[in-house]
Amino acid sequence: MSAVIESHNHDDHHHGPAKGLTRWLYTTNHKDIGTLYLWFSFAMFLIGGAMAMVIRAELFQPGMQIVEPEFYNQMLTLHGLIMVFGAVMPAFVGLANWLVPMMVGAPDMALPRMNNLSFWILPFAFFVLLSSLFMEGGAPNFGWTFYAPLSTTYAPPSVTFFIFSVHIMGASSIMGSINVIVTIMNMRAPGMTLMKMPLFVWSWLITAYLLIAVMPVLAGAVTMMLMDIHFGTSFFNAAGGGDPVLFQHIFWFFGHPEVYIMILPAFGIASHIIETFSRKQLFGYASMVWAMASIAILSFVVWAHHMFTVGLPLAAELFFMWATMLIAVPTGVKVFNWVTTMFKGSITYETPMLFAIAFVVLFTIGGFSGLMLAITPADFQYHDTYFVVAHFHYVLVPGSIFSIMAAVYYWIPKWTGNMYDERLGKLHFWLSFIGVNVTFFPQHWIGLAGMPRRVPDYALQFADWNMISSVGAFLFGASQILFLFIVLKTVMGGKKATPEVWEGSRGLEWTVESPAPYHTFTTPPKVN
Amino acid sequence: MFKKATTSINNKLLAGLITLFSSNMFAAWDDLNMTEGVTAISKEVFDLHMLIFWICVVIGLVVFGIMFYSMFAFTKKKNPNPATFHENTKVELAWTVVPFLILVFMAIPASNTLTKIYDDTEGDINIQVVGYQWKWQYKYLEDDIDFFSNLTTDWDEIYNKTPKGEFYLEEVDEAVVIPVGKKIRFLITANDVIHSWWMPDFAIKQDAIPGFINTAWTIVDEPGIYRGKCTELCGKNHGFMPVVVKVVPQDEYDAWVQDKKDAAFRMAELTEKDWSVAELTERGEGVYLKNCVACHQVNGQGITGIFPNLAGSDIVLNDKAGNIEILMEGVQGAAMQSFANQLSEVDMASVITYTRQAWGNAGKGDGKIVVPKDIVEYNKPKV
Repeated sequence: MSAVIESHNHDDHHHGPAKGLTRWLYTTNHKDIGTLYLWFSFAMFLIGGAMAMVIRAELFQPGMQIVEPEFYNQMLTLHGLIMVFGAVMPAFVGLANWLVPMMVGAPDMALPRMNNLSFWILPFAFFVLLSSLFMEGGAPNFGWTFYAPLSTTYAPPSVTFFIFSVHIMGASSIMGSINVIVTIMNMRAPGMTLMKMPLFVWSWLITAYLLIAVMPVLAGAVTMMLMDIHFGTSFFNAAGGGDPVLFQHIFWFFGHPEVYIMILPAFGIASHIIETFSRKQLFGYASMVWAMASIAILSFVVWAHHMFTVGLPLAAELFFMWATMLIAVPTGVKVFNWVTTMFKGSITYETPMLFAIAFVVLFTIGGFSGLMLAITPADFQYHDTYFVVAHFHYVLVPGSIFSIMAAVYYWIPKWTGNMYDERLGKLHFWLSFIGVNVTFFPQHWIGLAGMPRRVPDYALQFADWNMISSVGAFLFGASQILFLFIVLKTVMGGKKATPEVWEGSRGLEWTVESPAPYHTFTTPPKVN
Repeated sequence: MFKKATTSINNKLLAGLITLFSSNMFAAWDDLNMTEGVTAISKEVFDLHMLIFWICVVIGLVVFGIMFYSMFAFTKKKNPNPATFHENTKVELAWTVVPFLILVFMAIPASNTLTKIYDDTEGDINIQVVGYQWKWQYKYLEDDIDFFSNLTTDWDEIYNKTPKGEFYLEEVDEAVVIPVGKKIRFLITANDVIHSWWMPDFAIKQDAIPGFINTAWTIVDEPGIYRGKCTELCGKNHGFMPVVVKVVPQDEYDAWVQDKKDAAFRMAELTEKDWSVAELTERGEGVYLKNCVACHQVNGQGITGIFPNLAGSDIVLNDKAGNIEILMEGVQGAAMQSFANQLSEVDMASVITYTRQAWGNAGKGDGKIVVPKDIVEYNKPKV
């Protein structure tokens, strides 16, 4: 051990953090870059959230009150794009940066300069995307799924900037994934075999492969759009012999794995937190790994369940229905494993555990509605209604985003050396929990009752629950200001954290002091 | 039989839930669930929906039951020494196989219903449905009837200047009319972007895609007026293009067909008539408000950067031939569509004349007006 400490001092002498702005611009340190990613994603979360507030304010009552339909469509498009590519994905990359090297006992990410590049191109991508709001004709207004030909022949001129920004985001994600894979494959501490890796590391290894497989497909889709718009091709233009449905096949071949990209790391996070606060080893580690791998593989053969109404042949509809239903099996295994981990544990309810439990329950509810959506004949009724909006917000907000918040509360003592304010943390949890359910649960009902999604106005029978849903959204939105306050307060100071931080914590990151030194594991630890 | 029984039990359970959770402020529970609809298929779809719903509820109760029990029974206070077990292959195997079997049980009725829905044989009546930004066109292929169906809700209602009517956003100027008991086949496509034709009471939702013809069919036994919507984001007024179907007895349907044919004949006569500028302008204003106002706005000024300004436009003022061509052919690569099939010769001529007279355009340009015969002339094959 003493040898390790000595080498720390030696390193710090030469490579301590620089001062000022250049520290952040030039940094190749995985902890700095992780911090940058997390703050960036939080900023995007607030911007995308503000857009959601505009949407819910317009839907507060029937009739057009606040914005015009044209601007409403821009809001819902940017809200989706920013939350998916700007908030959720960078937050997970930030967590991977902070945690993967520490969890596998590596000194840093394998490709530190590329790490810097993959972060620093992101702000430009979103600057380009957001600047389209001020262009003639307005921002992209065709939904985050940007179906052609609404996004090609009929799109505002800013679509070209949108394509450019998607390319940058894709490049950033691909570089980030390569880094994660190379780090995990090559830099694990001696003795850490694949099947001894922490589940968060496993979840990110699988996610990174998914990203590398599908981001180029997305790049292909937007490039074909670019060709259709500017260079006279007709990939998606029926009048020129093209095929608008081809766009949807390509998009969802990217899009469905993308959905799991946004949930697999959450599975890893929930496993760590439930294990820690149940003070009991995770039940079924190996089956958790296999379940994630199965979900990832299945994600490549279910894309057309987003397209049940485009007029696919019967054989295709049956295949995609069955394949989709099959995903419920490994997903169920994961939920059963979490519940069994809690069974006969010794549980306490700190903020991360509250978020993790809410994650399991509400993600499962989103899973149930997903199973309902898989039933093709019933999907003919659900498709493109608020039922779908409720479904994917249940898996994304109390799913992915709750898991990110759980992770922040769980690891922030390790990052800052300070404990967060437990009372405020719990308050933030309960406000978010109530807000999210009041917002999205009624949307199941108005969807079943026949309200289409992506409309700025609706028939009178949907009025009551839309108003309630909006009230919930305002509560949820406001609670996130509290989250910002709690995080800032923790960064500034607070009760000092021990290296273990939590009574039941397991894993290499808890063996280093809190806050984690700028360089950790310059001499690899030994794992038994 | 079994399914019918479960449905009625379901309904009773649901009714119990209503009394528990709803207050008078809210609509009845029925308004918060999927519609059962009025066709054999829509009822089967509803039963599938309720079956999978109850399967999820039961699984949820078991899983969350064990979870909440653990949360209360195994707190650190009550159980300071956690158990140490962490794997069990038999248990893992069981909770892999059992869900799989439940899914197979669910997949069988779902696949059966789906196969029934996929019947693309010809109907007794075949209606082509074409999605436009932002209205529906219906063509009765056997009877040569052809009309557009536009939202009739007033923009003043939408902008909260007047009270909203009972069928706010769910009313149209001309509904699709079909007879009871006949197999109707819809051939669904689109003219510009992708739309989706949804009629919840028939459990039909089929995307309308340019370049493709999708089919859907229904047999409705209950006369009535049924309301649905466009369900694929299709631009600015996606929320404002409802679907309304009126199902009537056979004799009423026959009478309606005859009426439509007579009206077409009268329209032909109007085309031959000599029109004054005032007559054309007056008729044109109505056509404009129905077809053009969504993009070009009431004041003709459009929206900068997206929809061109017509007030003072050079084409509108000075280029009669070009003006007619734009409306007849549309503009390639822009939102302006061809109105050749949407407007009669009379309406086409009057709306062009209206734009050449309104918003201070009168007297500014060449002063030419367009009469129905100009449109007839335009349509003649050119040699």
